[in-house]
Amino acid sequence: MVGASATAALAAVPSAAGAAPVSIDKPVLTKVSLTVNGQRRDLELDTRTSLLDAAREHLHLTGSKKGCDHGQCGACTMIVEGRRINSCLTLAVMHQGAEITTIEGIGQPENLHPMQAAFIKHDGYQCGYCTPGQICSGVAVLAEIKAGIPSHVTADLNATLQVTEAEIRERMSGNICRCGAYSNIVEAMTEVAGRPV
Amino acid sequence: MKSFTYERPSSPSEAAAAVARTPNAKFIAGGTNLLDLMKLQIETPAHLVDVNGLGLDTIEPTPEGGLRVGALVRNTDLAADARVRKDYAVLSRALLAGASGQLRNKATTAGNLLQRTRCPYFYDTAQACNKRQPGSGCSALDGVSRQLAVIGGSEACIATHPGDMAVAMRLLDANVETVDAKGSSRKIPMAEFHRLPGDRPEIDTTLKAGELITAVTLPKPLGGTHVYRKVRDRASYAYALVSVAAVLQPDGTGRAAFGGVSHKPWRVEAAEGDLPRGAKAVTDKAFAGAKPTHQNAYKLKLAERTLMAAIHEARA
Repeated sequence: MVGASATAALAAVPSAAGAAPVSIDKPVLTKVSLTVNGQRRDLELDTRTSLLDAAREHLHLTGSKKGCDHGQCGACTMIVEGRRINSCLTLAVMHQGAEITTIEGIGQPENLHPMQAAFIKHDGYQCGYCTPGQICSGVAVLAEIKAGIPSHVTADLNATLQVTEAEIRERMSGNICRCGAYSNIVEAMTEVAGRPV
Repeated sequence: MKSFTYERPSSPSEAAAAVARTPNAKFIAGGTNLLDLMKLQIETPAHLVDVNGLGLDTIEPTPEGGLRVGALVRNTDLAADARVRKDYAVLSRALLAGASGQLRNKATTAGNLLQRTRCPYFYDTAQACNKRQPGSGCSALDGVSRQLAVIGGSEACIATHPGDMAVAMRLLDANVETVDAKGSSRKIPMAEFHRLPGDRPEIDTTLKAGELITAVTLPKPLGGTHVYRKVRDRASYAYALVSVAAVLQPDGTGRAAFGGVSHKPWRVEAAEGDLPRGAKAVTDKAFAGAKPTHQNAYKLKLAERTLMAAIHEARA
């Protein structure tokens, strides 16, 4: 009896669920060419693929990290056409022909970028998960200050910018570090900027 | 994220036509808000029209002595433009008070105007939200509302416009230039660009379907001292609880607009005449008719005190 009613109930499921089948999203594939760390890469991607997923899942450049995947944490920060961006909040297909630098292109173990060396020297990380994003952002922040781009804490919008602790802290607010290495990151950036730590 | 088709047209009217003819199509520029919402399936476009190939990325002087800011000028570039820093500092300040460096590098002038609310009930798909799903109700009215609107809301919605840039543009009486699928263009004054929710909270602006923003024009400079003061839960990278954009003249007259308090940048011109009498005189008038919840009534006092701080900053 029990078995029979269970079978009947199962058989009734498709009609009870209605005529509409569960629609399965059909991926749309598009070709895209990116120049990543100086190397041209040709890919065929689902249009939904973020620049971060293109790097990590398709190019196996796993240095850039997926933290929140919503632009809130900065772990995915890359430098695209000379600007730091959240690679999780942009589609790879929107970057046809673009020059992209990931942490792997900033420096390598045998050839560290000064910012990477300074993070090691000043203990600018603990678990290391946010570090690739912190370093990409840190390199770009010093370039932004040099280029004269003001920030929220810039007192005089028309004066020459200085690399102060307040400027670094404000400009790095899009990079979260849950280990709390912030003060050491500020020291590392200050040293790379050529100012006394 | 739902799958979608993608195209990248090369002229503004082509882009407008592409969105007008394709069902459930959307423009994408910086994408920092749209992709966030697509990941959460709050936005589910079936087709994206990438406008990044359209140019529209320069800042040019206008014959009237103002500036015409292309729709695709990035927030970083608008804030850093020497003319904006000198003559429209309130706009630079507002932009720099918003988002993070990474987001400002991607976010565009037009996209910033079109960003959706950050009301927590809009973001939580398990909750009722008339803006996300018309007719479903509003969980915010009796919910956690400390961040939400105190004026201009309705029984259907108390969401706020989350941006800073738009508050400065409203203060400056900027105009939004658009083009539609037929190639005809129009100018929408910032005062009329964002709408109040009423019984159609799902509609944020007065743009028509498929209408594309091409530029924002700023009238000739106002002079005076420019201040943008933003109060938020942390020192950086957070939305405003209350913000004040103000341009104040040496004789104490000026303009003031408020962010974080309504579905649109909140500016009451009739209240600005009271600026020489101090902040309270202005906010009493500007917020007459406010309907705060018990959780966000503090914003009325905060608006007064933030304006007071802005006036002090301008005098210093």
